[in-house]
Amino acid sequence: MVNEINRREFLKLAGIGGVGVVFASALPGMAHAATQDDFYFVQMSDPHWGFEGPPNPDAKGTLKKAVAAVNSLDYQPDFIMFTGDLTHTTDNPMERRKRMAEFREIVSELKARTVRFMPGEHDASLDNGKAFKEFFGSTNYTFDHKGVHFIVVDNVSDPRALIGDEQLAWLAADLRQQKKDAPIVVFTHRPLFDLAPQWDWATRDGAKAVDLLMPYQNVTVFYGHIHQEHHHMTGHIAHHAAKGLMFPLPVAGSQPNRTPLPWNPAEPYKGLGFRGVNAEIKEAEYKLTEYPVVKKG
Amino acid sequence: MKLNAKAMRIAAVAAVLGLGSTGAYLVAESAQPKEKVIKITATRFNYTPGEVTLKKGVPVILEFRTLDVIMGFNLPDFGVRADIVPGKVTRLRLVPNKTGTFVFLCDIFCGTGHEEMNGKIIVVD
Repeated sequence: MVNEINRREFLKLAGIGGVGVVFASALPGMAHAATQDDFYFVQMSDPHWGFEGPPNPDAKGTLKKAVAAVNSLDYQPDFIMFTGDLTHTTDNPMERRKRMAEFREIVSELKARTVRFMPGEHDASLDNGKAFKEFFGSTNYTFDHKGVHFIVVDNVSDPRALIGDEQLAWLAADLRQQKKDAPIVVFTHRPLFDLAPQWDWATRDGAKAVDLLMPYQNVTVFYGHIHQEHHHMTGHIAHHAAKGLMFPLPVAGSQPNRTPLPWNPAEPYKGLGFRGVNAEIKEAEYKLTEYPVVKKG
Repeated sequence: MKLNAKAMRIAAVAAVLGLGSTGAYLVAESAQPKEKVIKITATRFNYTPGEVTLKKGVPVILEFRTLDVIMGFNLPDFGVRADIVPGKVTRLRLVPNKTGTFVFLCDIFCGTGHEEMNGKIIVVD
């Protein structure tokens, strides 16, 4: 069953000025986490370094402003996750690597001690992730942090928008190591569900990944690709798309083509931002049982 | 009764793909279709023609070629897609069962203009 989420039910908004906007979201299942520590991470997405055009007259400055905005947060996140399209696509392999080197240099200014990366189709679909791997390592991996299991799924290195059977088998094997109530976070670039296939906002075999995740009670997916905030449920699994850091895209179906929304000089950087995710330990829950003074026969 | 080998081959392809209910299926390259054939050429980053008008209920064969890299043809509203491979002809039989304007797009990332590579199928009564 597929439901739209009322975002007020689970998000609280904290504006931080400048280019950034932080959304704090509690992860389901944190009460089961092995390590009972709250933590906080930041999702940054779709900086498209190398893009030039009217949708962003400050194309060379926006990422730097975003880095400064993250660095100015009251508390630095435990880690930062870039969910793809670090660079804007180019047919020239040399230029692709130049853009990746420049991007890496800019984000090296982030104060957070741990910064993780995954590719988008602009980074990886023309060379099956070769350049990305040279600069940032594997395109799919897992890590654990304070009791939460994180899984990075690559749905872009195959230009057909496929995760592929080999990676799905890897995902299944990894999930078999997890308890059914373990808190699990999945990062992808494209949505795993058919958000708007007419605009290529889908993963061709994404339903297979969702099927693998479905037996687990506490799964949350964070993704990019669509350059706007969006929240969706497939069954009990929440999917949260992040804003981009170069140009916003329209709501699916709101205009004939998926061309970027125009830059508004009256509201520069509108529609751009990043996301903070606060993994909160739930308040103590009390299960109540009422007893009579005398048991009935 | 002697069955036509080509007809059997087409039926077999449709059966394997399980696409009968969508009104569309891939047709073997060697088949000689009797339906109207509409040739569509894919180049980075256009389809030519980019707009095709069809009649509801009238079957057609969409015949694709690519002049450069591998491309995709995806018509989500009819639940059909195909790879368009360099050096090969891809045929897709379509029986449009609803009227309207429907977007088709390249769903294999092919470069800088990939996101603008799409077209329309207009189905009329």
